[in-house]
Amino acid sequence: MKTSELIAKIKEKLDKDALEITETPFDDILIEINKDEIISVMETLKNDPELKFDSLLNQLGVDHKERFSVIYNLFSFSLDRKITVKAYLDRENPEISSIESVFRGINWFERETFDLLGIMFTGHSNLQRLLLPADWEGYPLRKDYAFPDQYHGIDNRARSNFK
Amino acid sequence: MMPGDGRDPGITDKFATQEMVLNMGPHHPSTHGVLRFILQTDGEMIVHVTPDIGFLHRGLEKIAELVPYQSFMPFTDRIDYLASLNCNLGYAVTVEKLAGIEVPEKAEYLRVIGAELTRMASHFIGFGALLLDLGAVTPFVHALRERERYNDLIEKLCGARLTHNYVRIGGVSHDIPSGFKEETMRYIDHLEYEFIKEFNDLASFNSILINRLKNVGVISREQAVEYTLTGPNLRGSGVSYDTRKDDTYSIYDRFDFDIPVGKGMFGTVGDSYDRYWARIEEITQSCRIIRQALNQIPDKGEIRTKLPKAFKVPEGEAYVRTECPRGQLGFYLISDGGKSPARLKIKTGSFSAMTIIELISHGVMVADLVAIIGSLDVIAPEIDR
Repeated sequence: MKTSELIAKIKEKLDKDALEITETPFDDILIEINKDEIISVMETLKNDPELKFDSLLNQLGVDHKERFSVIYNLFSFSLDRKITVKAYLDRENPEISSIESVFRGINWFERETFDLLGIMFTGHSNLQRLLLPADWEGYPLRKDYAFPDQYHGIDNRARSNFK
Repeated sequence: MMPGDGRDPGITDKFATQEMVLNMGPHHPSTHGVLRFILQTDGEMIVHVTPDIGFLHRGLEKIAELVPYQSFMPFTDRIDYLASLNCNLGYAVTVEKLAGIEVPEKAEYLRVIGAELTRMASHFIGFGALLLDLGAVTPFVHALRERERYNDLIEKLCGARLTHNYVRIGGVSHDIPSGFKEETMRYIDHLEYEFIKEFNDLASFNSILINRLKNVGVISREQAVEYTLTGPNLRGSGVSYDTRKDDTYSIYDRFDFDIPVGKGMFGTVGDSYDRYWARIEEITQSCRIIRQALNQIPDKGEIRTKLPKAFKVPEGEAYVRTECPRGQLGFYLISDGGKSPARLKIKTGSFSAMTIIELISHGVMVADLVAIIGSLDVIAPEIDR
């Protein structure tokens, strides 16, 4: 299927949900959506018999300084195509619905994004820190993250280790 | 033991069976690397497994935002230290794609040869350690012997035995050394025609091993797709998908090779044996690729494209997948036009393989959990990054 045909098809299926669908370089399609519609968009993309984007390749959060975004990479074995779904979140209250009800495999991806960027996934079954210790403060992948001087008495300032 | 099953009630009270919480790891011989499982057990049976990860979290994604593009290459070695060259390649391919850099022909061949050699060496540890965990020490030593020869070869090529740092953005670091071609050819001949047969006779078709692995940890096709399993784990469940062939990168489209798929040789499709067998079969396929590459590689030519001193990647973003021994290694690279990435997300095969352990180890024996972890071939640094 040609990219333009696929875009037309996705547009038709998603109806009003999607904000903007564009062709991006490297054979990819970018779907920018409103964050409130994430679950219905994902359900359509996964379950529609003509699309069947049933494999979730990757999920990540990005800090754009003035706002956050959450990006999902989906793949369809039947179409042999991958697409990117993107939703923007505001900085003060970064919150989006968890899509665990659609893709069960997303569980750890969302935990990791929460852990490193502090994006809240409402409705997640176990939203705890995944990689960092439970008592860690701050979210390291944020651009305004300040490196801690010490952690439980372990000096973290690089130079003082070599005194 | 339920009360009223005919036994002395006093004994039931004294030795009442109750669920026990057992810690497996972080330092445990059968967890590959430092990872921990919290087991809820009822006798020998597992009620629930909670994996606890993060012991090897080094913040590679944060480091990527702080160092220039070229300087991140040695860090990619540490994503998966058993297959560092494949990780180098994945990162280089991603940056080259976004920056639009052409790689010289000879360098592409050297990359493929190095990557396939490393894939085999990683599989030696993969299935060797699985057998070791199940109690078979000898096959592991046989696999390590072959890996030792690989180490010597790759040391000739790039000077390092474990963390190779061989691939550069736009090429490779060293040209092919004299005698390397012949020695590699002898090595893959030995692997394909001698070692694999010997190893199969010794271990693969051993009835104890078959009984330990068949019908254990069955992952159906639907589960594998839903939980984003990739690489040999996905192919073990009967899905024929390999990024080298289906979403090709570098020069893999020039080679003729097959994708081994799990067929349920001794049990159900997608059991631990199928995943084990997919790795054994991949050794032969890697040998085929290396042989073709060694025959086609040009004698003369550049090995590296010259990059500007202040190397910058134009604004844009891309998600590029490459095939690592433990599944797809995906880099989501976002560039704002600067000297270092604005965001680099590393998605590894072990990460998603780890999430499925919780699902499939419900109600299995503790000893079978060891087989499941080993057959999924998860490795801690790749999960934590």
